[in-house]
Amino acid sequence: MWTLLGIAVVVIGFVIRLNPLLVIAAAALVTGIAGHLGVVQIVSAFGKAFNDSRYVSIVWLVLPVIGVLEREGLQERARTLIGKVHAATTGRLLLVYLFLRQITAAVGLTSFGGHAQMVRPLIAPMAEAAAERRLGTLPDRLRYLIRAHAAGADNVGAFFGEDIFIAIGSVLLIKGFLQQAGIIVAPLQLSLWAIPTAILAFLIHGARLLLLDRKIRRARPGDDA
Amino acid sequence: MITLDHVYILEGLMFAAFAVLSVRDAGNRKRFGNSGFWALLAMSFLFGSQIGDFANGLLVLALVALGGTGALGLGKPHTTTAEQRRSSAERRGDAIFLPALVIPAVAIIGTLTLKDVSLVEGKEVTLISLALGIILALAVAMVWLKPPRLAPLEEGRRLIDTIGWAAVLPQMLAALGAVFALSGVGKAVGTIATTWLPLGHPFAAVATYCIGMALFTAAMGNAFAAFPVMTAAVGVPLIVHKFGGDPVIMCAIGMLSGFCGTLTTPMAANFNIVPAALLELPDRDGVIKAQIPTAIPLLLANIVLMYFLVFRF
Repeated sequence: MWTLLGIAVVVIGFVIRLNPLLVIAAAALVTGIAGHLGVVQIVSAFGKAFNDSRYVSIVWLVLPVIGVLEREGLQERARTLIGKVHAATTGRLLLVYLFLRQITAAVGLTSFGGHAQMVRPLIAPMAEAAAERRLGTLPDRLRYLIRAHAAGADNVGAFFGEDIFIAIGSVLLIKGFLQQAGIIVAPLQLSLWAIPTAILAFLIHGARLLLLDRKIRRARPGDDA
Repeated sequence: MITLDHVYILEGLMFAAFAVLSVRDAGNRKRFGNSGFWALLAMSFLFGSQIGDFANGLLVLALVALGGTGALGLGKPHTTTAEQRRSSAERRGDAIFLPALVIPAVAIIGTLTLKDVSLVEGKEVTLISLALGIILALAVAMVWLKPPRLAPLEEGRRLIDTIGWAAVLPQMLAALGAVFALSGVGKAVGTIATTWLPLGHPFAAVATYCIGMALFTAAMGNAFAAFPVMTAAVGVPLIVHKFGGDPVIMCAIGMLSGFCGTLTTPMAANFNIVPAALLELPDRDGVIKAQIPTAIPLLLANIVLMYFLVFRF
C-alpha cells in the first residue's frame, strides 16, 4: 500500500502548486523507495522511460515554422478572415472545429489539429476575433477563457473521436488486454461502441460552447466577465 | 530507411541551436539557465539512445534542477512588431495559411500512403509524416516569405521560451508512469477498489469501474495506465464474470470514462498544461477549468450508458 504514497505526493504537489517537475521527481523517488527499489535503479528506470517517450516531444519541431508564419502575420490574418464571416461567433466557430476534429480523428486522421500547429496559430486567434467583433477590446478574463475553450475543443474532439477509429492505440490496447484474458474481440466492435459516448460528448461540449456565446454576448468591454 | 531516430537527430539539432542562440541573448537575465536547459534536451535527443539508462536519469535530474528552480527566463529574440505583422498579413492575404495547412496535409497523406513503403519505418509512419510535413512547410515558408535566415530558429526559440520547462512535462509524466508500474502502484489500486468498495449490485460495479477509470486516469495522467488495472480488478471479474456483462461494451465505454479523467488533470500535461503555456494563459489550470464541466456530466452519462448497454447485448 505504501507505493500509493507517490500518488499522494503528486496530488498534494499539484494542489499546492509546486513546480510540477519537482513534484514528479519527488513522487518517483517516494514511489520507488516504497516499492523497494534502490536509488540507482529508480534513476535508471526514470531515465529509460524518459528516453523511450521522446516521441511525445516531436511536436516541438513545429515551432520554427509556426514562429516564422506568426512573424509574417498568420494570427492577424486568421483574425481578419473570421471577421469577414458575419455568422461566425466564438461558440459556433469552436463548435465547427470540435465537429471537424471529432470526425477526422474518427477516421484516423489525428494529425489534423493539435495545440501547437492548429490551436495557437489559427483557432484561438479566430475565436478571439469573433468575440472582438461584438465587444471591441476583450476583458482579459474573457480573452483567456476563450483561449482555454479553444484548447478544450481540440482535446474533447480528439479524445472522443479517435476511439472510433479501429487502429488507434487505445483500441489496440483493449484488444490486446482482452486477448490475454481469453476474450477475442474484433477492433471494429470496440469502435462501434465508442460512438454513443462520442455523440454525447459532442452534445454536452457543443452545448457548453453555445453557452460560451451567451456569456460573451452579456459581457461588456472592461467587465470582469 | 527513415526512422524515428532521424527525427530525433533533427530535433536535437534544433534544441542545440536554441541553446546557442539563448546564451548569446543579452536581453534575457537568465540566459544561461535557458541555454543549459535546451542544451540538455539537445543531448537527450542526439545521444539518448547511446548514453545508457542511468546517464539519461542524471540528465533528467539536471533538467529538473534547472526547470524546477526557476532558472529559465524569457528570451528576447528579434521578431516583427504588431504593426509589421498587420501590414504583412494585409499584403500576403489568405495565402499565409497555406504553409500552415501543408503540415496536416502531408501528415495525413503520408500516414495513408507511406505505411507500406520500405523507405519509412512502418509503425512510426504518423510521426515521421508529421515531421516531413513540418520540413516541407518550413521550406515553403522560407522560399516564399524570405524571412532572415535565422528567423526559424529565433522564432522557434521565442515560442519554446513561452512554454519553458513545461516542454518536458509530458515526457516526465510518462517516465513517472513507468516508475509507478515498476513499483506495483496498479496492483495496490486494484486491491483497494475490490476490498473496500461495495460491489454487490451490477450498478455499483459499473459505477465503480467508470469512476475508478476516471480517477485513476486523473492520478496517472493516462487512461492507458489505468485501463489494465481497473479492468483486471473490477471490470472482468465483476461486470463480465459475475454479472454477465459484455466485455466489448464495457471496455469501449470504460476507456472513454478514463478520457473524462484526462480532461481534468494536470498530469495529462501535453493536453492540459502545455496548451495553457502555448496560449500564454496566466492560470496554469485554465484549460482544465474549461473542461471539467464537460468531463463530469460526460462521465455520468458514460455510467448510465454502460449500465443500460453492457448487460443487454
